[in-house]
Amino acid sequence: MKLYIPPQIPRLAIAFAAFISLFLVARHFLVPDTFGKYGPYRAAAMDDYAALEIHYSGQEACFECHQNIEDLKKTDVHSELHCETCHGPGQKHVLSSLPADILKPTGREFCGKCHILNAAKQKDAINQIDLTKHNIGKNCIECHNPHQPWEMKK
Amino acid sequence: MSQSASTMGNEKVTSSRRNFLKTAATLTVATVGYSWLKSSQILVYAAEPKDVTLPWYGIAIDIKKCIACGSCAKACKSENDVPKEPFFFRNWVEQYTVKNDGSVDIVSPNGGIDGFVQRVPDEEIFKSFFVPKMCNHCAKSPCEQVCPVGATFLSPEGVVLVDEKYCIGCRYCVQACPYGCRFIHPVKKVANKCTLCYHRLKKNLAPACMEVCPTGARMYGNLRDKNSDLVKFLKEHTTQVLRANLNTGAKLYYNELSSEVR
Repeated sequence: MKLYIPPQIPRLAIAFAAFISLFLVARHFLVPDTFGKYGPYRAAAMDDYAALEIHYSGQEACFECHQNIEDLKKTDVHSELHCETCHGPGQKHVLSSLPADILKPTGREFCGKCHILNAAKQKDAINQIDLTKHNIGKNCIECHNPHQPWEMKK
Repeated sequence: MSQSASTMGNEKVTSSRRNFLKTAATLTVATVGYSWLKSSQILVYAAEPKDVTLPWYGIAIDIKKCIACGSCAKACKSENDVPKEPFFFRNWVEQYTVKNDGSVDIVSPNGGIDGFVQRVPDEEIFKSFFVPKMCNHCAKSPCEQVCPVGATFLSPEGVVLVDEKYCIGCRYCVQACPYGCRFIHPVKKVANKCTLCYHRLKKNLAPACMEVCPTGARMYGNLRDKNSDLVKFLKEHTTQVLRANLNTGAKLYYNELSSEVR
């Protein structure tokens, strides 16, 4: 039994083969190298993110030089606070050691960000201060040492 | 056909053996071929990363502990070079105030970065609380599903990321996120969102918002590690995710979440 193949079938097959190989060649050049390594995305995008620079150094880096502050902070209610909560991003200062590269916040408004009176705060979560009544005109750090808030300055 | 029909008795045995061998050979080739294609991932992509050696990150926020200092929102902007103008936030804090008459007042001035001033007088307040918000890093995230070019993806560590080189800035994901955690970067013109400080995680550092939180209201950890602080916290507290009905697989768990929070 001889199978009858119409003459247009081989021609179509050649055309299909040409198109498919063209597609595969184009696909090879258009799809990025790491696409599909873990899923339908470019795996190298994760490396792009991982390569970004940090700005917050973490407090272990601070304590490498500022051991005295660590000892001071341990003894009082601000012991759980990380340095960069108040001092801002510290990586630049860690690399340069310049005082200009780190924030030294002063002023009632700054302390007030945490300590301002607000009904939404739990009573025992934090000491709340009515900034409109408490020692008006004075800076908080005139009496309180921010690293040791309850050792009042004389 | 007529010939085989007339000698059916003889043909039947040889034909069925041949067919059997053919079928067996086809199935073998198909199985081997499919497994080869699957392993080389030409046709089939791994639906879910199964690498259990990697952490699977989750987040917990203790609403009781939040004092809305805005350190998290501010640190996020510094760490990730997020545009400083309001309305571009990767994380932010909201204040919910439930009044005695039952109405709810919700404010978030500059994402809470400049702190909050209580605008409802004490005597009208039934209860008030702060809700820090950020990307939920959903395991079945809507933003990932709608991305037409595969620019948003869930990393094997369970962090939802945006491939900035692939993103075409179509804004579909911004619409799709039920938590409002995405925006279009005004300079790069591509989608931008919380990366759980992926660059810090890779260096064994805490995400910036967790690093600076003064009260320990935020925590992150490995959900696969049953001894991690996060899993312990989840076991000890009654936590809840936002919009659980949407089945997004959110991995941001809130402790003491009120039903008023949207």
